Amino acid sequence: MAKRNGSRDVVIEVRDVVVGFGDHIVLDHVDLDVYRGEVLGFVGGSGAGKSVLMRTIIGLLPKRDGTIKVFGVDMAAATDAERQAVERRWGVLFQQGALFSSLTVRENLQFPIREYLKLSQHLLDELAIAKLEMVGLDASVLEKFPSELSGGMTKRVALARALALDPEIVFLDEPTSGLDPIGAGDFDTLIATLQRTLGLTVFMVTHDLDSLHTVCDRIAVLADGKVIAAGTMDTMLASTHPWLRAYFHGKRSRAGYVEAVKV
Amino acid sequence: MLESTTEGERLRLAGAGAWVAENARRLEAQVDTATRSGGTIKRVDIDMGRVAQLDTFGAWLLERLTRSFAARGCATAVTGLKADFRPLMDEVHGVKPEQAPPPRRSSLVDGIAAIGVNIAAVGQSIKSFINMLGAVIVALLRVVTHPRRFRFTSMVHQLDNVGWRAVPIILLITFLIGAIIAQQGIFHFRKFGADIYVVDMVGILVLREIGVLIVAIMVAGRSGSAYTAELGAMKMREEVDALQTMGFDPIEVLILPRIVALMIGVPILTFLGSMAALYGGGLVCWLYGGISPDIFLSRLKEAITLQTFEVGMIKAPFMAMVIGVVACVEGMAVKGSSESLGLQTTASVVEAIFLVIVLDGMFAIFFASIGM
Repeated sequence: MAKRNGSRDVVIEVRDVVVGFGDHIVLDHVDLDVYRGEVLGFVGGSGAGKSVLMRTIIGLLPKRDGTIKVFGVDMAAATDAERQAVERRWGVLFQQGALFSSLTVRENLQFPIREYLKLSQHLLDELAIAKLEMVGLDASVLEKFPSELSGGMTKRVALARALALDPEIVFLDEPTSGLDPIGAGDFDTLIATLQRTLGLTVFMVTHDLDSLHTVCDRIAVLADGKVIAAGTMDTMLASTHPWLRAYFHGKRSRAGYVEAVKV
Repeated sequence: MLESTTEGERLRLAGAGAWVAENARRLEAQVDTATRSGGTIKRVDIDMGRVAQLDTFGAWLLERLTRSFAARGCATAVTGLKADFRPLMDEVHGVKPEQAPPPRRSSLVDGIAAIGVNIAAVGQSIKSFINMLGAVIVALLRVVTHPRRFRFTSMVHQLDNVGWRAVPIILLITFLIGAIIAQQGIFHFRKFGADIYVVDMVGILVLREIGVLIVAIMVAGRSGSAYTAELGAMKMREEVDALQTMGFDPIEVLILPRIVALMIGVPILTFLGSMAALYGGGLVCWLYGGISPDIFLSRLKEAITLQTFEVGMIKAPFMAMVIGVVACVEGMAVKGSSESLGLQTTASVVEAIFLVIVLDGMFAIFFASIGM
């Protein structure tokens, strides 16, 4: 696991990226670095383009300008084989889980492993259980279909699938949305634990202020199509930028709550 | 990656290299070989000092190694594991052994069970068909007494989809079918000099049976499947539940306008299709059989009566109703998965075509017994 301070190893490098739909420019020359071994919380107003940046990095949306390097590989210039090698090293948790609805949980978890590695069925089965237990579920859900899972379970299974190939980076798109506060708290702890045990780099798009406080090492803020700030929670709280003040000192924030109680 | 040396009752294993996903296949083989090493082993020492990388795959295989020796009653010790790998090993160590999978029954029992399940499913689908038919009729009666509740806009929209937009393809196909029937008739009737009776055959066949049947089958494939897919997708995304909670009756809002649209559209399409088939037949009689349009028309007047035409047209709305009800039953039966949507759409088309043909047979018996 990489050290947080000292020489920092950049795993995702976003430079001058422009993304738009028609006349509407969503990302306007965005710069962002993600360092190895950190949990980066990516925040911004609804519709600001957080998910757009994530989807651009993982190659689901085309960019108009700029470069994106992942593990030092320029994704636009990479050959298919190089790109596939990079894709093998990241895992993505989509907002709705995106589990394959016609496959059982077992098959969902084994699908990426089966595609990339030729392993015995016995080992695949053991690994499916091991991954499930790592995300706090057990073997009883193996034969269930995604439509039979609750929201929280779906998220956990989707996380297990994102971790199936032991990726180095995981992208989480609003991992705690739709979970109750206890479930969301558990999920945060789970992400923190997995991040420590597996030495992951986590890129987390989120709205959940509690997640930002508890698991994120660094926070990047997207507003008006640009990353307006990046740094630790303390930096965010100390900032005087009006949007940051509204976001981190609003009625729903911890800082806002503390201030309200003092008054 | 895993070397073993035996010293009497003591087995020394030394791991090395990268215990990661890419090497998991080779590693598993070596782990299994090591586990099977025979002799009376009391103690196992596993030295992980030279393992440079470890991920979940490697960690699990190490765990499997220690567990299988522990199960044989050997004292097992893992040494030299890098501190970085500790949390991962602790995590994997907590994984409970796999529960025994449910016993697999023999394939014969499975086969017989499948027959029973299928028969039950047929009974179930008859039941849900009758349920839906009843619900639609009740909704229809409610709408007749309160005409304002009828979704007229929705019905017109559906009529545009299933009726108007289907006209070109229906005309083309029935035209071709009429032409083919006439050509075959002329070819075979000519052998015994009965060319002229081709007109009788084309006229009666097209107006009584083929016209309505071809149209019904086309509509089942074209619009029945679309209904099932639309309703199924709405069911999957809880839109139907949303309607219900707002106090709307899904039957009245979604299903009734669709079925009414079909019951209006199919008779019109049947009329147009029958005319196109007669036209195709007449054209072939003229160009291929040498029967001029004048003779064709006068012969047709003698061969058919208004009753022949009525028999075909009476059937059309009933067939439309069957297609619509089946499509809606299957659409509402869609469950969460995309696979289920595909299955129900297939079932909708197959069932609708089957029922349309059965209904046609029943009408044939009915009309024969009342002398039409």
